[in-house]
Amino acid sequence: MDFASAQVIGAGLAAIGVGAAAVGVGNVFGSFLESALRNPAAADSQQGRLFIGFAAAELLGLIAFAVAMIILYAR
Amino acid sequence: MAAEGKIDPMHQFAVEPLVPLHVGKYDVSFTTSSAWLLVALALIIGFMALGMKRQLVPGRWQMAVEGLTGFIDDMVKVNIGPEGKKYVPYIFSLFTFILVSNLLGLLPLAVIPGLHPFTTTSHFSITGVLAVMSFSIVLIVGFWRHGLHFFSLFVPHGTPAVMVPLIAAIEFVSFMVRPFSLGLRLFVAMIAGHILMEVFGSFIVSGFNGGPMGWGVGALSFLFIVGVAALELLVCAIQAYVFALLTTLYLNDAINLH
Repeated sequence: MDFASAQVIGAGLAAIGVGAAAVGVGNVFGSFLESALRNPAAADSQQGRLFIGFAAAELLGLIAFAVAMIILYAR
Repeated sequence: MAAEGKIDPMHQFAVEPLVPLHVGKYDVSFTTSSAWLLVALALIIGFMALGMKRQLVPGRWQMAVEGLTGFIDDMVKVNIGPEGKKYVPYIFSLFTFILVSNLLGLLPLAVIPGLHPFTTTSHFSITGVLAVMSFSIVLIVGFWRHGLHFFSLFVPHGTPAVMVPLIAAIEFVSFMVRPFSLGLRLFVAMIAGHILMEVFGSFIVSGFNGGPMGWGVGALSFLFIVGVAALELLVCAIQAYVFALLTTLYLNDAINLH
């Protein structure tokens, strides 16, 4: 296999991580909504934590994206 | 761009010198990046100046400015407490700057020939400096207030003595990763969104150039890009909010320990 095709395949494999992070972000917001509907009075005070969880989950997906870009544009 | 179907999504991030300037070995040209930083600064100053007339009965503009300052004020008060009042100006500058730069990059200014919006926050040199600034403020405040006691940040209350070395190592790594994660998150989120829009934008062009089979692709891409643009507006606001929120949380760690 030549370098260019290995590069593209590698970048594609690295992009799987973005999908995994999507599951994580969905889980964060899903769980928040589920519990917010059970106790709407407490929901507003937890919004900061919601975004921390979102940021943490999203960061891992973005790192996967960065890795894919590094592989794709490596020379 | 999009000549002969060749997609070059990275070209939009190229920094081009507007006024070349060299000092010694260093290139300190006035670039597109600097120009858009100045535009962001002018917009923020204009927005604030128009709303700072301090009328007793606020007009619409003053309400908008008060809403923005009140939002940051609340966030700092909830997360740090009364001690955080000193840091409101920094968090506020951070939030407004990131928000305005993010939104400026999304403006459809390219319909005017020769004008291309440039997202200053899509460069790690900008977001990295912002992150390092936040991190240094956390370090300075922490050591200023607590001296060497600041290192107790790495050992949470009630850690069993056996676990201390392991927990301290983990906490230390998670502490040192903060500036990178702060800067990287904003920069990658901006870059990813812009690449996505560029790629689907060129799908529209090459789709409609590609005969009847391509028209469907072009139309679908067009519908998709409208949704992505709306999502990008949300991401711009969320990233600015997350950056400001994480900075306040890190400051809270430094001020109150834990």
